[in-house]
Amino acid sequence: MASLRIKEHPILTVDQHVPEIQFEFNGKIYTAREGDTIASALLLNGIRTLRVHEETASPRGIYCNIGHCFECRVTVNETAEKRACLTPLEDGMVIHSGQRLPTPFKKGEE
Amino acid sequence: MNQLVIVGAGPAGLSAAIAAAKNGVNVTVIDEFMKPGGRLLGQLHEESNGIWWNGVDEATNLFNEAIEFHIQFQFETSVHHVKKHSNHWDIQTDKGMFKSQALLVATGAAEHSIPLPGWTLPGVMSIGAAQVMANVHHVKPGHHGIIIGINVLSIAIARELKLAGVQLESIVLPSCNLLNKEASQPGVVFQKLAKLAHLAPSPLFKMGGFLTNKLSFLEKLVVRSFPKNGLKAWGIPIQIRRAVIEILGEEKVEGVKVADITPSGVIMKGTEKIIDVDFVCIAGGLYPLTELIGVTACPFKFIPSLGGHVPVHNEQMQTPVEKLYVAGNITGIESAKVAKAQGKVAGLSVAHDLHYLQDHNAIDDAVQHVKKMRDHALIQFHPDINKGRNELNGASITN
Repeated sequence: MASLRIKEHPILTVDQHVPEIQFEFNGKIYTAREGDTIASALLLNGIRTLRVHEETASPRGIYCNIGHCFECRVTVNETAEKRACLTPLEDGMVIHSGQRLPTPFKKGEE
Repeated sequence: MNQLVIVGAGPAGLSAAIAAAKNGVNVTVIDEFMKPGGRLLGQLHEESNGIWWNGVDEATNLFNEAIEFHIQFQFETSVHHVKKHSNHWDIQTDKGMFKSQALLVATGAAEHSIPLPGWTLPGVMSIGAAQVMANVHHVKPGHHGIIIGINVLSIAIARELKLAGVQLESIVLPSCNLLNKEASQPGVVFQKLAKLAHLAPSPLFKMGGFLTNKLSFLEKLVVRSFPKNGLKAWGIPIQIRRAVIEILGEEKVEGVKVADITPSGVIMKGTEKIIDVDFVCIAGGLYPLTELIGVTACPFKFIPSLGGHVPVHNEQMQTPVEKLYVAGNITGIESAKVAKAQGKVAGLSVAHDLHYLQDHNAIDDAVQHVKKMRDHALIQFHPDINKGRNELNGASITN
C-alpha cells in the first residue's frame, strides 16, 4: 500500500530532503526521518498499536496526538511512560510498546 | 528569578510574551511540544478574501519576533504544578523548578471525546490528532477514513485532510447514547451547521442558514428531508441523518457500522451497513484546558458558550489571584486571532502590574482589538460568545 507520508501539498511547504533516521521498535528496525515524533514515525511504518492496556491487553494507539490523553505512552531507551506524540524521534532510539501487567490481587485470578 | 513565566507557546502565549518583553519584562515560555505554535500549527483555512491562513507560518513569525526580544523558551517541558508564594510563583516541571513574579497560563484547549463501542481501537483518534499528523508531521492519519461528529472543527479539518490527499468517506453523527445527547441529534446539529453556512460552499446549507433564522418548522422540514447521503462540502458528504453505531476491528480499525437515523436521532432498523475504513476521527468539540488554574485559588465559572468551566478573569486578563493571568482558549473557545489579541492584552497587563508599562492607553487599545477580532471572526465557535464574555466580566467584578 502507498506510503502515508505526504509528499506534496497544494498549500503547505513539504520539504523533500529531510535526512532519514533509523530506530528500533519491539526489536525490529524501522526508518523515518528527522522531525518525526515517535508517534508519526510508527504510524508512517504502519504500526498503530503503541501499547496494550495494562490489565486487559486490548490494543491502544494514538488518540489525541497533543500529549493530553496519555494513550500513546511507550518505553524509550529504558525510560517508561514517554508519550510518543510529544517525543521527537532520534537516530538509534530503542522503543518498546507498553505490556500487559500481572494482576495478582484481582479477584478470581490465580 | 523570571519576571514572567508563560505556560503555553500557542498564539496567546507567544503574543503575550512579545508584548511583555517589548516593555522590558523578562519572559520564559514553557511548552510540552518540541516547537512553538501550539494548535496554530495545525491550522490551515481559506479566509473570506481567498487568502490562506497558514498556522505554521503564523507560528514561525510569532516565534521569530519573540526571539528578537530575547524571550527564553523551554520546549518539551511539562508543568506539573504551580504554587503561589507571597512574592513569587513556583512552577514545577519535569525539567526542574522555575520561579517567577507573574504567571500567565495560556494552555489552550483540549478535545471532548465521544465514547462509542470500539473507540479504543488503534486507528481511532481525535480530529485534532489527524490534523496535527497531516499538517505538522506530514503523515496521513490513514488512507481512507470517516469522521464522527459534525461541527465547525470537524468540517474545517475535513477540508484540510482532503487537501493533504486523505480520502474521507463522510462526516456523520455518533449514535445516541447517554454520553452524547446533543451531538447525536440531527435537529440540534443542523441548527449549529446552518450558522456555518458561509463556510461551506453548498446552496442548501445557505438556505438552511436563512431558514433557521426565521422559522423553526421550516428547519424541521429541512432536517426531515435532508438527503440520507448528505450534502457535499468540498466533495466530502456531510450526513446529518446517518450515525456510526460501532467501530469495528480486531487489532485496529477495519470499518464502521453505520445506520440512518430519524430527525430525533433514533436508529432506523434495517438500514445498518458496514463501511471499510482504516481510520476514524472523533470530533467532540473543544473545551478550555484549565487544570493548572485548578490548583490555584482562582475561581471558575461555568459558561457553556465559552466551552465549559473557565477561570474568572477581567478584560485585562487578570484573574482574582494576584499576578495570575490567563489568555487564549483557556478563557473560552474562540479563534486563534482572538487568542493572539488576548495574549497581547495579558502581556501588557503583566508589564503594567510590574511597573514597566509607559503607555497606559496601550491596554485599552489592546482590549478593543480583542473585541474587534471577536466580531470579525470567520468561525464563531458558539453564537453566544459575547453574552458569555459579558457574564464572565460581571463575575470578575463581583469577585
